[in-house]
Amino acid sequence: MTSHPTTGPSPDFSSERGEKPAPERADVLGGDFGSFDDHRPPAQELLDDCVHCGFCLPTCPTYALWGEEMDSPRGRIYLMEMAEKGEIPLEGAFTTHIDRCLGCMACVTACPSGVQYDRLLEATRPQIERHVPRSRADRLFREAIFALFPYKRRLRAASIGGALYQKLRPKSMDKVMAKLPSRLAAMESLLPPVRVREAFARIPARTPAIGPRRGRVGLLTGCVQDVFFHPVNEATVRVLAAEGWDVIAPREQTCCGALGLHAGREPEAVERAKKLIATFERAEVDTIATNVAGCGSSMKEYGELLADDPAWAERAQAFAAKVRDISEVVDETLADPRARRHPIEATVVYHDACHLGHAQKIRSEPRRVLRAIPGVELVELPEAELCCGSAGIYNMLQPEAAGDLGRRKAGNIRGTGADVLVTANPGCLLQIRKYLEGELPMLHPIQLVDASIRGVRPPEMG
Amino acid sequence: MLDAAMVREFTDLLSENGVITDEVGLRSYECDGLTGFRQVPALVVLPRDAQEVAGAVRLCAKYGMPFVARGAGTGLSGGAMPVADGVVISLQKLRRILEIDVENRRAVLEPGVYNLEISKAAAPYGLYYAPDPSSQQVCTIGGNVAENSGGAHCLKYGFTTNHVLEMEVVLADGSVVTLGGPTGEQAGPDLRGLFIGSEGTLGVCTKVTVRLLQTPETVRTVLADFPSIEAAGDTVGDIVDAAIVPAAVEMMDSLAMEASEAATGAGLTVDSPAALIIELDGPGDEVEAEFEHLTAICERHGATRLHVPTEAEERQKVWKGRKAAFAAVGRISPDYIVQDGVVPRTRLAEVLTRIAEMGRDADLRVANVFHAGDGNLHPLVLYSEAAGEHDAAEKLSTDIAELCVELGGSLSGEHGIGTDKACSMPAMFSEDDLGVMHRVRLAFDPDSRCNPGKLFPTPRLCGERPGKYAPHPLEEAGVIERL
Repeated sequence: MTSHPTTGPSPDFSSERGEKPAPERADVLGGDFGSFDDHRPPAQELLDDCVHCGFCLPTCPTYALWGEEMDSPRGRIYLMEMAEKGEIPLEGAFTTHIDRCLGCMACVTACPSGVQYDRLLEATRPQIERHVPRSRADRLFREAIFALFPYKRRLRAASIGGALYQKLRPKSMDKVMAKLPSRLAAMESLLPPVRVREAFARIPARTPAIGPRRGRVGLLTGCVQDVFFHPVNEATVRVLAAEGWDVIAPREQTCCGALGLHAGREPEAVERAKKLIATFERAEVDTIATNVAGCGSSMKEYGELLADDPAWAERAQAFAAKVRDISEVVDETLADPRARRHPIEATVVYHDACHLGHAQKIRSEPRRVLRAIPGVELVELPEAELCCGSAGIYNMLQPEAAGDLGRRKAGNIRGTGADVLVTANPGCLLQIRKYLEGELPMLHPIQLVDASIRGVRPPEMG
Repeated sequence: MLDAAMVREFTDLLSENGVITDEVGLRSYECDGLTGFRQVPALVVLPRDAQEVAGAVRLCAKYGMPFVARGAGTGLSGGAMPVADGVVISLQKLRRILEIDVENRRAVLEPGVYNLEISKAAAPYGLYYAPDPSSQQVCTIGGNVAENSGGAHCLKYGFTTNHVLEMEVVLADGSVVTLGGPTGEQAGPDLRGLFIGSEGTLGVCTKVTVRLLQTPETVRTVLADFPSIEAAGDTVGDIVDAAIVPAAVEMMDSLAMEASEAATGAGLTVDSPAALIIELDGPGDEVEAEFEHLTAICERHGATRLHVPTEAEERQKVWKGRKAAFAAVGRISPDYIVQDGVVPRTRLAEVLTRIAEMGRDADLRVANVFHAGDGNLHPLVLYSEAAGEHDAAEKLSTDIAELCVELGGSLSGEHGIGTDKACSMPAMFSEDDLGVMHRVRLAFDPDSRCNPGKLFPTPRLCGERPGKYAPHPLEEAGVIERL
């Protein structure tokens, strides 16, 4: 239906970034960026690419929900242009409409003109974070999220007994939280019960290949993934080893920064990126694999993120060039598979995580990997391009919209009559589980592959 | 200044979420797909059902407000551009498919349903909705009715008007009427036909019953490259002379293919001067026999490549290459105007030569994508706003439309007159013609509050040169107002 544009021209971020401590408002300075400051504002050339044709409208989740121009991709680009001309301030309506964007990038897929909305959004969100004061409640809630999710140790602590959030919040936040029932409820209802054993289990630092060696893969174990979906990491390691890869999972690895990056917390994302690059440089791997769509998407962008930093630009590019989603890695081995697949008789519905399908344009690889399992019948989802509402931390920040999208996705999944749902992102799994709890098993695709190689029933599938 | 009591009444009717009054929100509605024309409305309202639409129109009547109905805002003639101090009635919350009547092959739709959604919903029953504008994934059936939209496959199957059976319409005073009927054949004057293509000047459509067709048994498509536009044009003539009625005959020139190929990778030959996409559909035997004849005609005219996609997926890819062409031109030019005119099919080569000359004279590039089978041209005038080329582009575009009239054709094939070409109407119609049209309009809308300023030339509009709004010096001095 929609076009799948080829990757557009290379990014053109303004490289005038100096080493100034705190950026100031360009309008105050009399700069040329209107209401934006001069630190990587949305580039004029990227804004100009939009011809206002509207092809993005149907696949935009917020437009699908509300039908309002300001909450559509072309509407948001229009607002960015107005801000860029200094006609509207960042505070107020502008921030509201940019905050409501899920960052799912379905519009990038749909756009025939090749508008790089992903870059526009990533340039805009940090501007808001720098210049728009959040309400106290909003600020504290965001801080709480970012004080928790990127830290495995804290997540593990929080996971015990399911009283995840209560354990961490400072006493002073009680009053604030009382005012935020929907957000807090959203946060708590998303997190699944976790077996303590799994939450604390560790992936071995080195797992040798079985049989002739293809190479050395570094595995990002992730934060939420490792604590709440540890079996996915275990399955990933087993599949990679079975297919002839040495798997290196550096113990000292920390968060890749995706959650922060996608929320406009640029400085934090930059620091995390540098740390992770250094970690995997030491590991000396050929490929860096991830089984999380959101992480893969941000790690592939490290080159752009650190482009202005002479000490890191090259290292970041080298790192990004090695990053592969697990489905890409396994797909490449399908021509010459080492491990025999045992049949799994099941109708499988695959949900494209936005950060895999739209952001990384990886759609056929996971499908090929799944079809390579004998017995699997793959069915397609109606409205496949529409986000499930997870979108990083969106379902915690904008629970009402996320809820509407979650229910819509659940309805579409139910309609397929599939035996099992697979998707390659923990955020999607958590979100969809909330609306389909107990109705059908939900797995990461690699768990099906793993079960097929081992000749066992997939988890949750009895 | 907005009347607070009026806003309150709208809010009571439509809830807080259904009324937009803030500056940022209003500005995002200031134009449709034709961004050269802009006007910030006083108010935008988003009713949720037909009753709320009627209620909103009644409030407009009560307060004497002009209003503009708006679908997805993808129109290319400025038909949904707001009116100053007027209300925009967005129909984007009315997106329900109310009924698919398989036995009678009909669908009942709310106006905000996307064109492509109709065919998707009908597909499980082996049915589809025939008119297929290139923007069918996003344009709405309500907008299609307003513009009498066409599409690649209208050559064989006809335009929107040939597929709409019945409509529920809210008139300017808020009364609700039904035009047409469920069976298609109605006694008396064809008011349904009058309404379709009236560009929102007669009322707001709130429910549409359309005809569904059976999905053709066989579809065969060929993408044929030609050494010249003339060779491609002559091929079209011979196909028609051979009494073959293709489902679609589309032509693209090299500039259009360059843009589209960059966007879609559909397999178009970028350096070919012209290409035709020809599609046949119908019963298997008939299609196969005609297809053989068709490819022979192409070869006779020196076709340099015949690409015949065999899989449905491959065929869709070719169509994607055609349908994404307008928007894809954004890849080769910062700004562009999509023109829409019609010439008798026999004058295709002539009009293209003239357009090329006019483009050279204006020092602007023109890409061509068009429905060759029925002579419906879509020249795309490429320009750069930043380089100050807007006015020259606008003039060239207008000149091309008027050239179509001069050659015995029409100002618009399917995009409508809207704001863009209202001032060219006298090139095509006499004062008497326009007078009659105006009286018809007044019979529906005595105060001219439905989408005023569109379709018909007005002294205010046409005293000024059409183009992007620039304040008159007297306006700037505060002596006159733009009403």
